[in-house]
Amino acid sequence: MSDLPLIQADRAVPPPAATTSTGGRRRRLRLLSRTDRVVITLMVLVPLLLVTGFVWLPAAATVLLSGTNWDGIGPLNEIEFVGARNYSDVVNIYPPFVPAVQHNLLWLAALFVVATPFGMFLAVLLDKELRGSRFYQTALYLPVVLSLALIGFVWQLLYSRDQGLINAVFGSSIDWYGDSSVNIWAVMVASGWRHVGYIMLLYLAGLKGVDPSLREAAAVDGASESRAFFRVVFPVMRPINIIVLVVTVIESLRAFDLVWVVNKGRNGLELISALVTQNVVGEASRIGFGSALATIMLVVSLVFITIYLATVMRENRE
Amino acid sequence: MSRPQSQAEYLARLVPPSVAGVNRRSLLAGAAGTGALLGTGLLAGCGDDSGSGGSSKDVSLGSNQSDPKPKDVLVKVTDGFKTSSGVQVAVNTVDHNTFQENINNYLQGKPDDVFTWFAGYRMRFFAQKGLASDISDVWGKLSGYSDAFKKASTGDDGKQYFVPASYYPWAVFYRKSVWQQYGYQVPTTLDQLTALSAQMKKDGLTPIAFADKDGWPAMGTFDILNLRINGYQFHIDLMAGKETWTSDKVKKVFDTWAGLLPLHQPDSLGRTWQEAAQSLQQKKSGMYLLGLFVGQQFSNEEQSDLDFFTFPEIDPAIGAKALDAPIDGYMMARKPKSEDNARKLLEYFGGKDAANITVKNDPATLVANGSADVSGYTALQKKAAELVGSATEIAQFLDRDTRPDFASTVIIPALQQFIKDPKDIGGLTSSIENQKKSIFTD
Repeated sequence: MSDLPLIQADRAVPPPAATTSTGGRRRRLRLLSRTDRVVITLMVLVPLLLVTGFVWLPAAATVLLSGTNWDGIGPLNEIEFVGARNYSDVVNIYPPFVPAVQHNLLWLAALFVVATPFGMFLAVLLDKELRGSRFYQTALYLPVVLSLALIGFVWQLLYSRDQGLINAVFGSSIDWYGDSSVNIWAVMVASGWRHVGYIMLLYLAGLKGVDPSLREAAAVDGASESRAFFRVVFPVMRPINIIVLVVTVIESLRAFDLVWVVNKGRNGLELISALVTQNVVGEASRIGFGSALATIMLVVSLVFITIYLATVMRENRE
Repeated sequence: MSRPQSQAEYLARLVPPSVAGVNRRSLLAGAAGTGALLGTGLLAGCGDDSGSGGSSKDVSLGSNQSDPKPKDVLVKVTDGFKTSSGVQVAVNTVDHNTFQENINNYLQGKPDDVFTWFAGYRMRFFAQKGLASDISDVWGKLSGYSDAFKKASTGDDGKQYFVPASYYPWAVFYRKSVWQQYGYQVPTTLDQLTALSAQMKKDGLTPIAFADKDGWPAMGTFDILNLRINGYQFHIDLMAGKETWTSDKVKKVFDTWAGLLPLHQPDSLGRTWQEAAQSLQQKKSGMYLLGLFVGQQFSNEEQSDLDFFTFPEIDPAIGAKALDAPIDGYMMARKPKSEDNARKLLEYFGGKDAANITVKNDPATLVANGSADVSGYTALQKKAAELVGSATEIAQFLDRDTRPDFASTVIIPALQQFIKDPKDIGGLTSSIENQKKSIFTD
């Protein structure tokens, strides 16, 4: 194949006068040097292997294991298949499942309706170059640097029924983390505290990138601040808006650390991710059952991923 | 689901291991810690290499004793073993909780020759699966153990797989000074307990301190009520999945508990056992059903003010002689690298010398070997040892007496649900029974 010296291969050779179909294919191949081909093959193969090995195979294994009753002990050939029993158990006789789904949805709604808009609002305020805006920026962003596990721990000091700051200051005796009717809200406040800072920073970065002349033009045309934001700035920020949206969905689906730190996702703080962990990780090793829960979570995530990809792809086509 | 041994450990376990490094007092300490971790990893690697070379003077021990105090005691005991036998023990200490959570992978991978574990269902399960070795010959050389301990060390096939080292009883704790102040008497029947609680309420005390945020403390209450109402054998059969949860016997346990719940500290699902113990320590609560480790929440001067009684009798035909007293000890892995040394080590662990070293160095534990010199015990320890010694049957605590998946994914949420809504006992027990049938399949 390499009958020509390499140095010519990179050049687009003008087609010979009478070219056959095979000749055309040969010419296209020669557009890339051997080095190029090796590099491209590696660049495709390595990530492909990584993605297959670390994402698709485990995902497939999870789906496969969800049809078994494996307890993590003994050789693989002793695994018994039990069909869809794990799924019917999850839905019919596993009391924490329904609350977990509700809490995941509630989490998504709270972040989407309250925390994300509030973070965006703060970003718009900080973009006004107020006095001390650096300070506010740092203060609001600080929680993002902490891990959610640590945040749960910090808030525990405020929420503890007998020794916490909130009850001490207000003289109340609300059992913030223990009462299953309030603890999900208490935890979401802690989670929102962090989420707001994250969204604020993302959005602030986007706002800094908006061409000031657009706003000036809007102002010259007599648009009010809020009208200029909603009609001019917001549409221009579409790419950032999509990122913010995606981040919000991801954050609510992977919500886990906080409830795990508080009470291992029990008693009012059930989340699907916590249930998966309770069953699969640790001494319990209910791997088949936990995999069924994980598969359900995978399906829920796929819905959001599909919607996102469809939107992005449609946009690219336009 | 081990009991945290101290406030510090409890706090530390709130932070997952992945972020625990951030929590170090200083970055320097963190860096030093990382260095140490890398170092031990390298050393462990070297150890493996030389081990395969066939050294007869080594034996490895996987330990979950990650707290400073018990860790230190274990070092002293293994030093004693080295002096008596000349065999060097390589101790691999892993965080208590991590050790327990990874036990399946640990035992199926390359476990240490000897490892720390608990008596109970799980011990028998590992024995049955061939993940632990038969050590009946070691038991042939041991002396000083009561039959109850031997029974607790025996697998389903009648052979021994476990060497008990220490234990602690669950009982109802109280402060002597408070009881003297109000003139309370130790109750011996359920009616007396109820009457006493009513009196405590009148005196402005919370009768029974209670906490179940972490899910396991309420198991202690269920255990003792079931032991008192239905007896030891029913309890063990229920835990093994042989009895049904929808039976009237189990419903009676929950009924009795529902009657006692108003006497317990309210809002228990947000409280840790440490906070509940502190309410006892601060003389706000009258009594508290917990393990002997409740003493950790009391200062050294207050230790002598702490006393306990065993949970009173409910059914005279059953009596009040059974109790929860979890036993910690040692097992041997399935294919130990240096089997002879491992057996020698287990024999030493079960012997009088190891028990004496433990008594001398750790005032918070009770040693299992009855021939040990226990003159160093505090009054509380002596009384606890007597209580367990006089027990007719010893249960190991719910999460050690049944499958871990059943205990953690079914029982914990169910008991918390019961505490939240004690009325729907029928729905609760049938939900437990349905899940039990799906878990206990073999």
